Amino acid sequence: MFEYAPAPESRSIVSLAPSYGLFIDGEFGEAKDTFKTINPATEEVLTEVALAGPEDVDRAVAAARRAFESWSARPGSERAKYLFRIARIIQERSRELAVLESLDNGKPIKESRDVDLPLVAAHFFYYAGWADKLKYAGFGSDPRPLGVAGQVIPWNFPLLMLAWKIAPALATGNTVVLKPAETTPLSALFFADVCRQADLPPGVVNIVTGAGDTGRYLVEHPDVNKVAFTGSTEVGRQIARSVAGTGKRLSLELGGKAANIVFDDAPIDQAVEGIVNGIFFNQGHVCCAGSRLLVQESVAEELLSSLRRRMATLRVGDPLDKNTDIGAINSRAQLDKIVELSEIGSEEGAERWSPPCDLPDRGFWFAPTIFTGVTQAHRIAREEIFGPVLSVLTFRTPAEAVEKANNTPYGLSAGIWSDKGSQILAVADKLRAGVVWANTFNKFDPTSPFGGYKESGYGREGGRHGLEAYLA
Amino acid sequence: MPKSSTPTRLAVRKTYKLYVGGKFPRSESGRTYLVDGDNVALASRKDARDAVVAARAAQPKWAGATAYNRGQVLYRIAEMVEARRAEFKALGVSGAEVDAVTDRWVWYAGWSDKIAQVAGNANPVAGPFFNISAPEPTGVVGVVAPPSLLGLVSVIAPAVVTGNTVVVVASNPQAAITLAEVLATSDVPGGVVNILTGSGAEIAPWLASHDDVNALDLAGIEDADLATELERAAAGTLKRVLRPVSGVDYTEDPGTGAMTALLEIKTVWHPKGF
Repeated sequence: MFEYAPAPESRSIVSLAPSYGLFIDGEFGEAKDTFKTINPATEEVLTEVALAGPEDVDRAVAAARRAFESWSARPGSERAKYLFRIARIIQERSRELAVLESLDNGKPIKESRDVDLPLVAAHFFYYAGWADKLKYAGFGSDPRPLGVAGQVIPWNFPLLMLAWKIAPALATGNTVVLKPAETTPLSALFFADVCRQADLPPGVVNIVTGAGDTGRYLVEHPDVNKVAFTGSTEVGRQIARSVAGTGKRLSLELGGKAANIVFDDAPIDQAVEGIVNGIFFNQGHVCCAGSRLLVQESVAEELLSSLRRRMATLRVGDPLDKNTDIGAINSRAQLDKIVELSEIGSEEGAERWSPPCDLPDRGFWFAPTIFTGVTQAHRIAREEIFGPVLSVLTFRTPAEAVEKANNTPYGLSAGIWSDKGSQILAVADKLRAGVVWANTFNKFDPTSPFGGYKESGYGREGGRHGLEAYLA
Repeated sequence: MPKSSTPTRLAVRKTYKLYVGGKFPRSESGRTYLVDGDNVALASRKDARDAVVAARAAQPKWAGATAYNRGQVLYRIAEMVEARRAEFKALGVSGAEVDAVTDRWVWYAGWSDKIAQVAGNANPVAGPFFNISAPEPTGVVGVVAPPSLLGLVSVIAPAVVTGNTVVVVASNPQAAITLAEVLATSDVPGGVVNILTGSGAEIAPWLASHDDVNALDLAGIEDADLATELERAAAGTLKRVLRPVSGVDYTEDPGTGAMTALLEIKTVWHPKGF
């Protein structure tokens, strides 16, 4: 591999305050406790953030409740214009927000700049347009909002997950209290400033930062009408238990263990690019990552040698370097989990391989890794690793591929690589997954619904279908 | 005599010309007519034909742009209308109407990436086939616009949002050409909207009989006999015709009919099987 000169994006476009409070009722205010958020690429403290306790969550829900009456009574065309404003401000501040996201999350600037931020703006733009067209959406002639939505989002796509939650909620006339992830609170706090710039009425959007407990207070708050959660299947189960009997509406977008199926007639080079994108995009911190490669036996050798060659060209390092393909693992806890499951992979007999790869001394890093000789019984074939680790299995017939692909409690996404359209569509029909990509992977669009079957959760985000989760 | 000792500055007046292919040409006929003291271009048959050529040339690329992109462009039009509010008011358009015009562009901007989700669908055919129906623009639309600015926008926007291009005959020349200036500064590609000022009765027959026009919107034709004649002429190439409806209230929710009337539904079949 030839060397690239470093091409670092300047971080001077982001100005961070020494501390940030909670955004409640249109104002930033302090909380009793605080915690620090770090740059996972350097372990440097970025700033200090408020830790919302039960009384803070109370205040936020009360503010959302107060705002709900007038917000939901506004004509849809007026709500639309607020959301269009937000979309525009995000477009104008997208470079700043992209750098911020890479600092707090560790993802390559190339991804935050070219994927996250454009999708965030587009998502607000798309749902803005629905606000005055709800009667055309197919959910009855007079669909009504639910009330106050409590929303808890993960750390892998902080601002994008915020957009997926807030845009449809506001378009449909709900108000929200949103809790960003503990390790990535900053873009949500900058979004609060975007809301202020848009003159969004106070209380329509409230941001409470904190850890798991803050999320639990919010989800269990008696005056919340709707809970939306993206995160682990384990926490999703707890939330489903806690809302049982409360009448709250619930949508869950949880874990995945997607099969990426490569048939013998697939264009190998394209498939290799898709496999790399499927598992190494965003350090593999993607719930719909193609973490199980199912390759037809007759082309396995050829495909794997091509894949290894391609992996050797991946650049791991400084997230703010525009050449970087794989950035930092988001937290020490996540790194520990990836390390542990990878060790189990070797112990259970799978063969581990990574390209030679220099990793920085400070920060959290994990080299792109594949395991071959994996069987369906191996833990690395069953459990979500949520890191840049691919498990490779083989199959002989389409029926066997479908059988193996569906042999998981998850059902979020899947990939199919083949030159034969009829085979793609037949396999897609049989896959128990909410999103199926054919000859592509990890494609997202605000118009396209996303969400899982089985233990990957329920409800859809995005598209016309995404409105349903916020409408009575 | 002005009170000040310096002479009053003489205003620079605007010349109202046609809007064709993203440019502002005079009528090739050299004709103008007097409207509120301005000599405005009086479009001819040749201008209409030139406009159809421009609309046809622009259509594939406009239709090929992503729906998201077309939505962004329409939203930009709304921003530019809002910015020219004072100018429209000076032309006698009420503030409320300018606001309605802005909001109408915003409404249609939002439809760009939703109309296919409302007007298209997957079809559960009784066989092993993938089968979807999705709308596509019909092509070049000839429009005789109603006289008000809101009426004009209410016939242009639903046509272009889905990827059609239009040749519009407008009877309120100053406001129409000011709208053209909005379009020219809103990233609308040249040729997507072409505005001819003049007489609907004179120009519409040439659009109705033109072989390269796919649809005809007669919203601004008040003479019922003329409308029938135009519809008859349009039958030559089986143009889709939107007949004039009397007493339309353009301030009301426009619904989706104005868009779907100018869409073709394409159904794609593909077998499923190993």
